[in-house]
Amino acid sequence: MTEYLWLLVALPLLGAALNLFFGKKIGEPLSGWIAFALVGIGWGVAVMPTLAFITGTASPETIYLFSWIPIVGADIAILWDPLSALLTMIVTGVGALIHLYSIGYMHGDERYPRFFAYLNLFIASMMILVLASNYAVMFIGWELVGLSSYLLISFWFTKPTAAAAGKKAFIVNRIGDWGFLVALMMIFAAFGTFDFGVIFSSAPAVLTTAAATAITLLLFLGATGKSAQIPLYIWLPDAMEGPTPVSALIHAATMVTAGVFMMSRSAVLFELAPISGGVVATVGAATALLAAVIAVTQMDIKKVLAYSTISQLGYMVLAVGAGAYTAGVFHLTTHAFFKALLFLGAGSVIHAMANEQDMRKMGGLRKVMPITFITMTVAWLAIAGIFPFSGFWSKDEVLAAVFEKGGPWMILWIVGVLAALLTAFYMTRLYVMTFLGKPRWAEDTHPHESPLTMGIPLMVLAVFATVAGLFNTPARLTFEHFLEPSFALLEHAEPVELGLLIALATFTVAVAIAGIVWAWLRYRGEELPVEEGGFWKAGLNAFGVDDFYGKVVVAPGKKISEWFSDTVDPKGIDGVTHGLANGVRSSGEGMRQLQSGQVRSYAGGIAVAGVLLIVALVAFGGGF
Amino acid sequence: MTVTITWYLLLAAALFSIGVGGVLIRRNALVMFMSIELMLNSVNLTFVALSKELGLIEGQVAALFVMVVAAAEVTVGLAIIIAIFRRRVSANVDELAEMKG
Amino acid sequence: MAETIVFIIFAAVALVGAIAIVAAKNPVYSAIGLLSTMFSIAVMYVLLDAHFVAIVQVIVYAGAVMTLFLFVIMLIGVDKPDAYGPAVPAQRIMTAVVSVGLFASIALAGRAAWVTGSDAFGTPNLNGTIENVSDELFGTWTVVFLATVMLLTIAAVGTIALAYFGHEVEDEEAVL
Repeated sequence: MTEYLWLLVALPLLGAALNLFFGKKIGEPLSGWIAFALVGIGWGVAVMPTLAFITGTASPETIYLFSWIPIVGADIAILWDPLSALLTMIVTGVGALIHLYSIGYMHGDERYPRFFAYLNLFIASMMILVLASNYAVMFIGWELVGLSSYLLISFWFTKPTAAAAGKKAFIVNRIGDWGFLVALMMIFAAFGTFDFGVIFSSAPAVLTTAAATAITLLLFLGATGKSAQIPLYIWLPDAMEGPTPVSALIHAATMVTAGVFMMSRSAVLFELAPISGGVVATVGAATALLAAVIAVTQMDIKKVLAYSTISQLGYMVLAVGAGAYTAGVFHLTTHAFFKALLFLGAGSVIHAMANEQDMRKMGGLRKVMPITFITMTVAWLAIAGIFPFSGFWSKDEVLAAVFEKGGPWMILWIVGVLAALLTAFYMTRLYVMTFLGKPRWAEDTHPHESPLTMGIPLMVLAVFATVAGLFNTPARLTFEHFLEPSFALLEHAEPVELGLLIALATFTVAVAIAGIVWAWLRYRGEELPVEEGGFWKAGLNAFGVDDFYGKVVVAPGKKISEWFSDTVDPKGIDGVTHGLANGVRSSGEGMRQLQSGQVRSYAGGIAVAGVLLIVALVAFGGGF
Repeated sequence: MTVTITWYLLLAAALFSIGVGGVLIRRNALVMFMSIELMLNSVNLTFVALSKELGLIEGQVAALFVMVVAAAEVTVGLAIIIAIFRRRVSANVDELAEMKG
Repeated sequence: MAETIVFIIFAAVALVGAIAIVAAKNPVYSAIGLLSTMFSIAVMYVLLDAHFVAIVQVIVYAGAVMTLFLFVIMLIGVDKPDAYGPAVPAQRIMTAVVSVGLFASIALAGRAAWVTGSDAFGTPNLNGTIENVSDELFGTWTVVFLATVMLLTIAAVGTIALAYFGHEVEDEEAVL
């Protein structure tokens, strides 16, 4: 079955090409259906090989396709192991649902086929990234994902904010890419190959701790770009300028998990560098808390979700830093479902409210949008971490893994719990402000339930958001077992004691319920509480991080560029070239006097030179 | 007093120097050409003389090759002179200064 | 002894001819000077036992090349002596200096040869007969010989092209 896996890349690429070149001819609904079908077929191709892992009848394999740069170990091959299988299922599964949703959501857009071309391109890039069997191909996927993300964020590029957001995402990601690229160079310098198999099996023997630390920290810098961690998370909130399905697909379910995936793939390297693990976990925890605090203060429904995404990614990174790769990937999986659901639900709401995104102008939508309301309820409980929804299992697993490490890791655990409290709080705030209470709509809006193409994905995702957690109950039967072959080279931590686990789970659920109740009490009333104090203003402004970067990074950068463009370029570089040109011209003016055109003067020159040469030979030649 | 190689070489040097002088001082393209032929001949003389001195037949072969090249050069050169003359009705090389910088 | 006398006579003829090339006002006299110089050099070749080269010298130079020169002189116009005016005195002085300097420096450079040059000059057994020369020419130097064949062919074609095209532009269509 695995011999057809190359279709996972080929089919979306085909769809992208079709929609890119013949989109206008294919027309509106059909181009969307084609794109959806191709991604759906991709999912179908991958589903059986993935099931083989679950039933334990398959083992990881590398499917060689063709040779690309053999000298650096960069073959075009598919590394098919449980980790890539899981990511494939998420990307194609959630991706297909989002395609379906977009068919309704993008209805009437002028560049409808183009949108689906980009979506397909994104899926293809993501598959290249996920299925890569070496770092070189992975980097290609990594960059292509960045490109398609840029194209999709600035899809409505006539809006200056969207164009700016696209550029911001691209540039911020480039900083991370720089780290990734340097890490790749160091890996190549150390191993002489990019091939995963060779690198991971020989890493403990080849790498010193210092080298491993440097490589992993640089890899982590790459991950902070794609997975929106401190300090490079600032692009993600702005990326909400893109169409909502894009936010759901890229900035919730798939692309932002690329960093976590890459770190999990490189787990062997991270294991060799304990310091990196600490840095990664600290950054993850800090991101989780900071983003959660900011999310509390946001008024834009999509901005809340954006910061929520950053916060949840913080959890995954925390888990990876703590060496709990299974927990990290598990949270990645559940998060993909419930966050995609949240975004699609928010998109449905925005669609209904005629592109209104301010939660203060919503409220009371539960009656007009029953499907959206019910599915969003599931998502809300899932992300808040309420038993038995999926978020509970995965978040609990992450926190338990951190708790278990003890010592200074307890601080990170406390931070994580605080973030969980705030998560419950801001999600309840969003939920109550949007669906409950009295309508606060603008006068001319008439909310309505979204069409079925948008409703079906919501329902499917709601099912998964509910049950995905059962993959990994505290008994740790399936998921750990499932992913084991991917982390076969690592030592497995002892499972947490069941009693302790239950105690921890009870505690986190209590925290979540406390957050929910707190928010409920605050926002249930007829009037919204006034939120205009210093904290709220600062939070709404994301604590001025953007302005800070603007002052510290962008402004000096601009100054330097201006200095280069106004001083160095005209005076230095132009000066050199002009000086050279003038020098050549004036010396030419002088030399052309010699060029008399008189044959005999040339002959005279030759004769004189000949005489001089002979004299010189006789005088200094020695041979004569 | 026998003739040694010195005599031949000095004769060739003299002929060569006269040829150079002719190229430098004459303005008639034809005469310049003859001077060049003179120079080539003097070089041939050194080839043959040294061939005799060193006992190598290659010197004579080289002289033959020089002759061939000279013959080719003369045909083309004279053709060029005629072509220029047809256009200008002059063989004065000093008037042919289009290449002046 | 007879060899010495022959050498001195023909060396003198060669030098006179050479000076005639440079000094004569009329190109016809120059050509005659060249002819005598070439003939003298052919005699030198005989003295040097290079019989084949001597024959070729007479046939190619004194025969073909000189005929060509005279032919062109006729074509351009015999009755037009070198009417381009005398050379500028400065040029004369410069030319004299360069020529004499060249002769002096060549003589200087070649002194090694005539210091060692013994009275028993040359290799007596070396005879430039056709057989000897052609053994060498077609043995070691075959490829070079073929290259000269190419060269001559190209020269012939080039000459025809120069004479044929660019004569009168309007004729070109008829030519083609």
